[in-house]
Amino acid sequence: MSQETSDVILSVRNLTANVDGQPILKGVNLDVKAGEVHAIMGRNGSGKSTFSKVLAGHPDYEVTGGEIIYKGENILEKEPDERALSGIFLAFQYPIEVPGVSNLEFLRVAYNAHRRHQGLAELDPFDFEDLVQEKLAVVQMNPSFLERSLNEGFSGGEKKRNEILQMALLEPKLAILDETDSGLDIDALRIVAGGVNQLMTPDNATILITHYQRLLNYIEPDFVHVMHQGRIITSGGKELALELEIAVMKSWMSWQRRRCSHESIRCQWPRSPNFRQHPRCFFGGIIAAS
Amino acid sequence: MLEFRLRAYHQWLKMQEPTWPHVTYAAIDYQNIIYYSAPKTQKKLGSLEEVDPTLLETFEKLGIPLSEQKRLSNVAVDAIFDSVSIATTFREELAQEGVIFCSISEALQEHPELVEKYIGSVVPVGDNYFAALNSAVFSDGSFVYVPKGVQCPMELSSYFRINSGDTGQFERTLIIVEEGASVSYLEGCTAPMYDSNQLHAAVVELVALDNADIKYSTVQNWYAGNEEGKGGIFNFVTKRGLCKGVNSKISWTQVETGSAITWKYPSCVLVGDNSVGEFYSIALTNNRQQADTGTKMIHIGKNTRSTIISKGISAGQSQNSYRGLVKIGPKATGARNYSQCDSMLIGDRAGANTFPYIQVDNNSAKVEHEASTAKIGEEQLFYFAQRGISEENAVSMLVAGFCKDVLNKLPLEFASEADKLLSLKLEGTVG
Repeated sequence: MSQETSDVILSVRNLTANVDGQPILKGVNLDVKAGEVHAIMGRNGSGKSTFSKVLAGHPDYEVTGGEIIYKGENILEKEPDERALSGIFLAFQYPIEVPGVSNLEFLRVAYNAHRRHQGLAELDPFDFEDLVQEKLAVVQMNPSFLERSLNEGFSGGEKKRNEILQMALLEPKLAILDETDSGLDIDALRIVAGGVNQLMTPDNATILITHYQRLLNYIEPDFVHVMHQGRIITSGGKELALELEIAVMKSWMSWQRRRCSHESIRCQWPRSPNFRQHPRCFFGGIIAAS
Repeated sequence: MLEFRLRAYHQWLKMQEPTWPHVTYAAIDYQNIIYYSAPKTQKKLGSLEEVDPTLLETFEKLGIPLSEQKRLSNVAVDAIFDSVSIATTFREELAQEGVIFCSISEALQEHPELVEKYIGSVVPVGDNYFAALNSAVFSDGSFVYVPKGVQCPMELSSYFRINSGDTGQFERTLIIVEEGASVSYLEGCTAPMYDSNQLHAAVVELVALDNADIKYSTVQNWYAGNEEGKGGIFNFVTKRGLCKGVNSKISWTQVETGSAITWKYPSCVLVGDNSVGEFYSIALTNNRQQADTGTKMIHIGKNTRSTIISKGISAGQSQNSYRGLVKIGPKATGARNYSQCDSMLIGDRAGANTFPYIQVDNNSAKVEHEASTAKIGEEQLFYFAQRGISEENAVSMLVAGFCKDVLNKLPLEFASEADKLLSLKLEGTVG
């Protein structure tokens, strides 16, 4: 990469988006350069998963303003498959199960679609199988997965590893990992994170969308952004994630104390419609688990 | 034969058109149907080379290579245009083994004793309204006879085509497989586009004697009408196989993608002890197509077994129904049936129904029925799109995956054709 402008892979400006007429993204700005890893953190409902789907072009999300410049081009009008072929990869939080379609076939069709797009000859099933065998090592997957129906009956960890296997084959320019760490035990998390680390090059970029600091112990981000109510409210280096986690925990704890003292006088629950559960039980549970 | 036809005609006059299928259509004017129509090349053809090249060209366009390709892939073909059979290939080779494969009109001339013995023995003239009509007016069709102990050395196939407007096709197929013999037979059906509806009322009868094995596959792509449902074939067909002998086996495989209305129930009457009936079906409907299809498995003999696997795919505003009867007679001790009916919906305006009928008169019988409904949803398509797979490819992969159990049952030469046909039929169904 010689020129500085060509280093910018993604540039998001004032992006706003609706789901079912409800505004979810309310002006997101983000710049991602080649070789960088960005983590986007935030609570449930902060808009971080929506952001990943909007980048990939999910039809349920309506972009109401702003722009997404990818490799120097506004991609808002592009179909999801065109975006994918141009190198945007989304690792799904909940990969879809597809009975009857073998994993191997799916991988081959997807891989060859990318080859065709790049003007390369498609790989025949034999050559492709050799290639897949090689890539399996990235996520320590057993070859028997290839013969099974796509994601059907896979455990949570197997599904996520399968996503990373797809990423290893398709070699995206921009990989977006939507809560790839959720639902993983520590071993699976290590394998998945190890796979992602192996796939990073100076030419590509990664956006990690996550709830927890935990993933960032394994994949080290260059930047951490905090999303809240559809906006990125703070950005910083990797230390921000840790600070954030401590701050959030502190506020939870103090809030819990406040609620407890309230309760000792006279419990006013339910007061806030945002919580379905009694806050003491809810936060008390989280703290006990950590 | 005249007597057979007259008997059928008089029965038909007394019968009522059935109204129980889950389909709707405008009344058919039976006076207005052309009951016999033949291509202009009328002289008897000695070999395929003499067939009018434009006819062959039509077949080629339809992806039905009558000549070299099929010769190479070792498939004998009988081609039927409108009401007459125009060519049957490989006759000499088959004759060496004693296998008779010809049009039914020739069979009536050359082997009247065989035809008269079996015709109407599986589907009696008065069986149902359309079968009676067929029995009265049937023009041509295929005839297959496999003598005792012969394994038919190649796939046999018939291609049916309705070419003229307002023509009804009433073909009759009769397949007789003697003791210990076997045959695999495939029929393909096509028709060009016309605004008016055409009636196709065929009757197929199969007879399997002791230890005989018949595999009958259909790839049906009659013209389905346009997007508003104008025109198209009414495919009202009676197909039935009789497992007459012990250990005999009849297996139906069908891929139904065409026709404005499909109304057919390829059935097995399991008379012989230990006989086996199978029904594997893919029925795909799109736009305004209607299908009411399924099977009947009639268990009469002891330890008879049947398997039903039905895959219905409905797209557009079509209606697709599975209707099946499993009947276990009082003497069918140890009979077993397994049925699986899966439906797939594409879009939100299509309909899928399952009407299973189970009638058991023997306590030792074991009958299982499973059904499921799936929908090709936005999330699945988005997942495929996110991996760079276009919507059309995604739909055909999803459908092929859904139908895999049945596609695997088709003879190898036709499985990929059928797969392609399904994709073709689904172009532009989503989005």
